[in-house]
Amino acid sequence: MSTTTTYAGTPAVGGSPTAPTPQPLAGRPGVPFGRTLQAELRKMVDTRAGRWMVIVMAAATVVVLAAFIIWGPAEEATFASLVQLSTVPLAMLLPILGIMATTAEWSQRTGLVTFTLEPRRGRVVLAKALAALLLALALLVVAFAAAAAATPFGTGEWDLSAAAAGGVVLALMIFVLQGVAFGLLFLNTPVAIVTVLVLPTVWSIATSIIGALEDAGTWLNLDSVTAPLFTGEMAGKDWAHLATSGAVWVLLPLAVGTYRVLHREVK
Amino acid sequence: MITVENLTKRYGGFTAVDDISFQVRPGSVVGFLGPNGAGKSTAMRMMTGLTPVTAGRSTILGQPFRDLHNPGRQVGVMLDASAQHPGRTGREVLRVAAVSVGVSKARVEEVLAVVGLTDDEAGRRVRNYSLGMRQRLGIAAALLGEPQVLILDEPANGLDPQGIHWMRGLLRRFADGGGTVLLSSHLLHEVQIVADDLVMIGRGRIVAMGSKDELLSRGGTTVHSTDDTRLVALLEQADVPVTRTGSGLVVDAEPAVVGRIAAAERIVLLELRTGGSEGLEEMFLGLTAATSREGEAA
Repeated sequence: MSTTTTYAGTPAVGGSPTAPTPQPLAGRPGVPFGRTLQAELRKMVDTRAGRWMVIVMAAATVVVLAAFIIWGPAEEATFASLVQLSTVPLAMLLPILGIMATTAEWSQRTGLVTFTLEPRRGRVVLAKALAALLLALALLVVAFAAAAAATPFGTGEWDLSAAAAGGVVLALMIFVLQGVAFGLLFLNTPVAIVTVLVLPTVWSIATSIIGALEDAGTWLNLDSVTAPLFTGEMAGKDWAHLATSGAVWVLLPLAVGTYRVLHREVK
Repeated sequence: MITVENLTKRYGGFTAVDDISFQVRPGSVVGFLGPNGAGKSTAMRMMTGLTPVTAGRSTILGQPFRDLHNPGRQVGVMLDASAQHPGRTGREVLRVAAVSVGVSKARVEEVLAVVGLTDDEAGRRVRNYSLGMRQRLGIAAALLGEPQVLILDEPANGLDPQGIHWMRGLLRRFADGGGTVLLSSHLLHEVQIVADDLVMIGRGRIVAMGSKDELLSRGGTTVHSTDDTRLVALLEQADVPVTRTGSGLVVDAEPAVVGRIAAAERIVLLELRTGGSEGLEEMFLGLTAATSREGEAA
């Protein structure tokens, strides 16, 4: 581990040849993962853009709920439907959170520091993905709490099944990871955001127009295959749809993007 | 200690760094000097594992950078002072790094004091920093983990003369404490103030290295005449290596040799003396004239 090699024939400059050779610190390469995760989590909320993103998302869920309670049909305001409603803005904005977590290192060039403090870039990528998921979970807690707080003003009916609750969490985690994946794939904030927002729409339009793609459309439309998750009505084939869509829209860009980050020159 | 062995980087057909080898020993401040585009930054990025090498290798304290345990505690790196998120405050930039490196918040305040950023300045967002303040922040980040080695790319860029002298004192103390420092610059007068030893690079190749004093005395003979063009031709005929500099020629021979040739051909000499030049400046120009982008323009 801490082997020191001297090279014959390498011309030396500076210092004194008789000075003791300094030794490297003993230990495993890199930084313990917990610290990398903590740093990445902190970086997501310590800039104005990051902090506002989180505030806007939390506020949006509250506003949507309040609007529904005030103007919406009161008989539909059960806990389950309020949870579903509160996660609508999250579903749209969480991918952006994932994107911002990954692209800043390249767009602001902070990668020069990040990847010299932890040269094993794969761990940084993992920490970013986990940090984005943790932050999304925190926002989900806010959304659930807000929905719970709003329920007594609606029907007061506590009808959220465990399957639906788990489904909502899983669906939103998939959306966050999709953002992380596209961020890694493009390493450019605007391009990644536009792609995440526009590409699924383009795809669903294309599949509805072109008959030959219709079958593929039902398997590969991330929005429609996650729909049963929100209602807690996943059946056998729905899981197959979800797995296929997830592989194409999340895992594939995640793999390609991670490969890109691992091998790219950091400038 | 920084060791670079046959380090090479090619981008397609362009060779940015061409087979460079040197070892920076602890206890001195070594300047990595070269004109813009000479390959300094690329070489430094290869040393820190950010740029994949085409060939060769480099080690810090005997280990490849990627194998170092907690690199931030061993090597302080600043590759670009302006590569900071503009939305973070200076203090926040250091606190995030402190989490990763594993040092306390108290250490953050310590390094802020070392680089002379005031409490008020540390609380400002980096977007509002001058280049000089960013340089200080970058150096603070490099010093955060109390490393043994510093690798700094253009650290004096944007500093005022006072700031450059401050940096000299800071790096001098670091080296006196047994630290190893490699800093790059494209400005000779900066390096002349800050560094004790030099590695000169031009078009990806090392053109000279050694102590500042050694390089100073190694200049050959300076000659200036009324007809330098003819003198160059005559010297080259006599197989004497000659380089054009800003104000004349530097010849790799004794003054007597040059004087004899000039006298035989009745060339009027305006200046003839030992030593390459008054300062390293001309030597720098001389050494890099053949390899720099400017070519003979100097």
